Amino acid sequence: MTLLAAAGLNKRFGGVVAAKDVRFALNAGEMLAIIGPNGAGKSTTFNMVGGQLRPDSGRVLLAGQDITGLPPREVCRLGVGRTFQVAQTFLSMTVAQNVQMALIAHAGRTRELVSRAEALYRAQAVALLGKVGMAADADRPIGELAYGDVKRVELAIALAASPRLLLMDEPTAGMAPRERASLMQLTAGIAREEGIGVLFTEHDMDAVFAHADRILVLVRGEVIAEGTPEEVRANEQVKRVYLGTTGHKAALRARRAAHV
Amino acid sequence: MDAGFLLVQSLSGLASASSLFIIASGLTLVFGVTRIVNFAHGSFYMLGAYMAVTVVPWLLEIERSPWLFFVGVLISAAVVGLLGVAMELLLLRRIYKVPELFQLLATFGVVLMVQDAVLKIWGPVDITGPRAPGLRHGVEIMGQRFPAYELFLICAGPAVLGALWLLMHRTRFGVLIRAATRDREMVGALGVNQAMLFTGTLFLGAFLAGLGGALQIPRVSASAQMDLSIITEVFVVTVIGGMGSVTGAFLAAVLIGQLQAFGVLVFPKITLVLVFLLMAVVLVVKPWGLLGKPEPAAGRATLPEGILHPRGFALPEKLLAALAVAAALAVPVFGDAYAVKVATEVLVFALAAFSLHFLVGNGGIVSFGHAAYFGLGAYASGLLVVRLGVPMEPALLVAPVAGAAFAFLFGFFVVRLSGIYLAMLTLAFAQIAYAVCFQWVEVTGGDNGLVGVWPSAWATSRHVYHYIVAAGAIAGIVALRHVIYAPFGATLRAARDSAPRADAIGIDVRTHQLLGFTMAGGAAGLAGGLYAFSKGSIDPTMLAIPMSVDFLAMILLGGIQTVMGAVVGAGAFHAIKDIFMPLTDYWRFLLGASIIALVLLFPRGLGGAFASVRARVAAEPARA
Amino acid sequence: MGVVTISRRAALTASGGLAAAALVGLRAPRAQGAPVRIGELNSYSRMAAFSVPYRNAMQLAADAINRAGGVMGGRPLEFVFRDDGATPGDAVRVAEDLLTRENCAFIAGTFLSNVGLAVADLANQRRRLFFATEPLSDALTMAQGNRYTWRLRPNTYMQTRMLTEAARGRTARRWGIVAPNYEYGQSAAANFKRLITASIPNAEIVVEQYPALGRVDAGATVGALNQARPDAIFNVLFGPDLTAFVREGNTRGLFERRLVLSLLTGEPEYMIPLGDECPEGWIVTGYPWEQVEWPRHRAYVEAYRARFNDTPRKGSLLGYVTVEVLAALLNKANSLDNEALIDALRDLRTETVTGPVTMRGIDQQGTMGTWVGETVLRGRTGTMRNARYVDGAEVMFPEAEVRAARRSA
Repeated sequence: MTLLAAAGLNKRFGGVVAAKDVRFALNAGEMLAIIGPNGAGKSTTFNMVGGQLRPDSGRVLLAGQDITGLPPREVCRLGVGRTFQVAQTFLSMTVAQNVQMALIAHAGRTRELVSRAEALYRAQAVALLGKVGMAADADRPIGELAYGDVKRVELAIALAASPRLLLMDEPTAGMAPRERASLMQLTAGIAREEGIGVLFTEHDMDAVFAHADRILVLVRGEVIAEGTPEEVRANEQVKRVYLGTTGHKAALRARRAAHV
Repeated sequence: MDAGFLLVQSLSGLASASSLFIIASGLTLVFGVTRIVNFAHGSFYMLGAYMAVTVVPWLLEIERSPWLFFVGVLISAAVVGLLGVAMELLLLRRIYKVPELFQLLATFGVVLMVQDAVLKIWGPVDITGPRAPGLRHGVEIMGQRFPAYELFLICAGPAVLGALWLLMHRTRFGVLIRAATRDREMVGALGVNQAMLFTGTLFLGAFLAGLGGALQIPRVSASAQMDLSIITEVFVVTVIGGMGSVTGAFLAAVLIGQLQAFGVLVFPKITLVLVFLLMAVVLVVKPWGLLGKPEPAAGRATLPEGILHPRGFALPEKLLAALAVAAALAVPVFGDAYAVKVATEVLVFALAAFSLHFLVGNGGIVSFGHAAYFGLGAYASGLLVVRLGVPMEPALLVAPVAGAAFAFLFGFFVVRLSGIYLAMLTLAFAQIAYAVCFQWVEVTGGDNGLVGVWPSAWATSRHVYHYIVAAGAIAGIVALRHVIYAPFGATLRAARDSAPRADAIGIDVRTHQLLGFTMAGGAAGLAGGLYAFSKGSIDPTMLAIPMSVDFLAMILLGGIQTVMGAVVGAGAFHAIKDIFMPLTDYWRFLLGASIIALVLLFPRGLGGAFASVRARVAAEPARA
Repeated sequence: MGVVTISRRAALTASGGLAAAALVGLRAPRAQGAPVRIGELNSYSRMAAFSVPYRNAMQLAADAINRAGGVMGGRPLEFVFRDDGATPGDAVRVAEDLLTRENCAFIAGTFLSNVGLAVADLANQRRRLFFATEPLSDALTMAQGNRYTWRLRPNTYMQTRMLTEAARGRTARRWGIVAPNYEYGQSAAANFKRLITASIPNAEIVVEQYPALGRVDAGATVGALNQARPDAIFNVLFGPDLTAFVREGNTRGLFERRLVLSLLTGEPEYMIPLGDECPEGWIVTGYPWEQVEWPRHRAYVEAYRARFNDTPRKGSLLGYVTVEVLAALLNKANSLDNEALIDALRDLRTETVTGPVTMRGIDQQGTMGTWVGETVLRGRTGTMRNARYVDGAEVMFPEAEVRAARRSA
């Protein structure tokens, strides 16, 4: 069943076309990658889905419901979790408190004045942290963690809202190669297990070809190809404008590594 | 009205605009590079005028030539520039790393010190400087006489703008200034150059302020109140123009000059409000001023300035808190009448400061106008008592309601902004509220205020009233403190730490900030009501800028990262003032010096110092 | 000149010391016994140009009284001076400090009207005497008057009335008003509007300007006044605002062939900063101390100049007279009980350096007067000519008005 559908999204900034008639669909449990050179419109498309940007025209449907132009917090409440290119966490809080905060928000209890925030949803938060392998660090200030670990916690925060869809903007940006692979594997595992759809943009071709079920290729705001990694890799136009031979080799290498 | 009059009136506006721009350009440059909101900029302006009324007559003794007049003006400005360098080397350089608010507080300490230094050096009598030789006369313009010197001023503003443009585009120093203004991270990459850049910028900024002051001497006399009367106006200009934008400052100055020149014709009585109304409108429509740009998002996440980990009280803190409460309650038993009075006042300020801390420390919402809610609470109670004869008890209940209501009203616009612009909008609303209380004489009694705001008969004694205040203040503080630990308080911290993350987990950031603002306004209003009944009168100084600054000073002295810091700070600030005021006429100098000393010695405030001592003590046994 | 001053001063000090020693030895003994402490709060930091000469003169007067045997049969008079912080909040706390911890019998002083009113209300609440010296607000003795608050200095109404009466016989019909936008300015303007028609029946107000205190936009204000083409101007601006206004007005010809009435401008506090910009021929209230010939006043001026090496200001006169009145009060009451003091103050008449001063009982306002004359530039500073002392008793609020105002309070 279609979890997320984008239909004819258009966005212009002044004279620049950032997205032109972008359309795609994403099923539950599926991982869809958006790739493209710098300035191709990946982030624009992404932000139109996440609610940070409002498209000039076109519609975004979440499980059939129109969410076009809703602010991020509303999009979140409809079951969409997200991570950021530069991790966004609550730096003054511990790892567990970050997740607890997300759980409190999900439960709609942010305006409570009487209970103590520290004591709420502690067990659930630790459980979620367990899922991403961070339970042992629950009580450390999040500012102390290595960047790769922060990204994992961010994933746990996103999962706190029991999302149907995860939006991940460059999930592995700024991470060491080994950490990248493990984060992507972790994400893919959780997504498939819980039937969560994942839409992500990515620079790292290894990560894309290793974990995406399908790939959307954007160039100058337009979708030039869409399909399974194999189809995209075989696409002549993609090869010409984007991947080049180096990219092709990288894709093969990644595929092998993932299957070993 | 004939065309000649309109033209001359608009020329008058342009002359004022030129002066205002020259001063404001310095402030905006310094802010752009160092990100310091320099309260002492007005002091540099005042020093420029005082230098000029000293140097210029001396030069004119040699020969009454226009050239020597302007040489004197430039010498004065250069001397002030060097004072700016001194301030950078001796003070600012040591505090670039401390939280921004502390820098602001330190510059306010400089303001206080300069005020008294000027009184000491030049004496309390205003000094009228000489007019510029050759420009004393008036020029006929369409049948109206207009001062030649003001024609010169009209040209001076654009000349300075042009010179600054050349400096910024044709010199390496200027290119660095622009780069630093555009991207803060850039500055760090400059390495050794950074120190030079900052020193140079302070020289330039102070020079421009001094130039503005020195150029004024043919128009106004040098007086010890010049600094504060100019600084708010200059803030307004830089904010309307967009902080860091020199061209923006020019546009804003012209706008304000014209608004005032024609405003006095239409609304001769409310000129105070006009400029702040303009600022509020501009900020609501353009959140970064006319030509300002949003602060580029920091590439690296940084720890917020504020409460980090609200821990519960451990045993020593529990004991201290119990001791403090016991002391507050025991004062009437052991202390004399004056001690009771002072204790009452400290409790009131502790509540007001704590409510500000709730906003600033916990919510990251920096308010420069918190006195507005304190004062409006006081006015609400006071007006009910004096005008409608309502007794104290219900009137006191209305105070927090009024504080909260106005906080909600102003906050609705305030939470749409961020950073320095948000702070400036709170200031604008506070000034509007102040001006209304000041100028709506029929209702508020104007600047005389209203008297007769005394407690009901059963509570008239100092002792009984002290217990009422103690009950109100302690209850207020405990309640707000509890909220900090509650989900709502945590949500405010979350929104402060990362608004995008908060948004993405489903938090409506603005609504929560607005509710927080309202809550803090309510607590400040309660404090204001309690204060009014302790003084017996209300007047506009309760919501004036100095009161807001006092509150800020309290929370910063107490330590912005510590939950209870504000309470400690209120006590400490009051103690400092109480010790120095009876001591000497120059108490402002000592107050300013102590503020600076505290910023340098305890950059995390007294609460922060306590926390680190505690941490060291706690670490001791572990090492052993 | 400098040398002369110093030598004369030294001689005076020496002879004064001898004379005092002789007095101690031969006649009235120096004041002994427990001092009578009076709390004096004023804006010593914010309004130093006024308040420091004021404090100096008080000290001078108190020393003279103590040398002559003190008050209440030999007790020395002692003033505890405190800064009132120039805000009502600080002032009320300082006043409490003076009354409680400093053990002052009562309090005196204050400069700003809002500070004066707040302290007056505190005095009423605590049932202690407050002898207001400088605040000018009419409200202090009228609508907000109370049993415990007395004022020495002529209030806004009295000074405005002195000026409008000086304008009697003039023909100026169209009037412009310029006043700082706060209570003092507003109430001076209001008083002027109702008093001017007594002197000039067909007078009308054609323009009013109320610039913010301390930040007059002089060019725009002068332009607006000029545009209305008034025959005469009533000015209430003072301090830095006045200097800026006068300069701009001089250059733009605002004062040419126009009658100007101006409050306080003739006081040395405002004349000295004006320097050679001093306008000619304005009718002002002020204090031409060098022209006052009364022997008692001359002696005070001599003593003041000798001790402080400075010329007296209006503040000095006020400070000196304050102490004279308070000393007379203490001697008459011969008690520090505040109710007794207040009863003694009622219609108390004191001979002072500025002539007889009566504390009128009905509105608790002193009849101290001031000088009215024309401004004139002599050398590089302005002073007054044709100055005459107007006794405050001649320009007090009519008794019926006082009764109405104080009853409604």
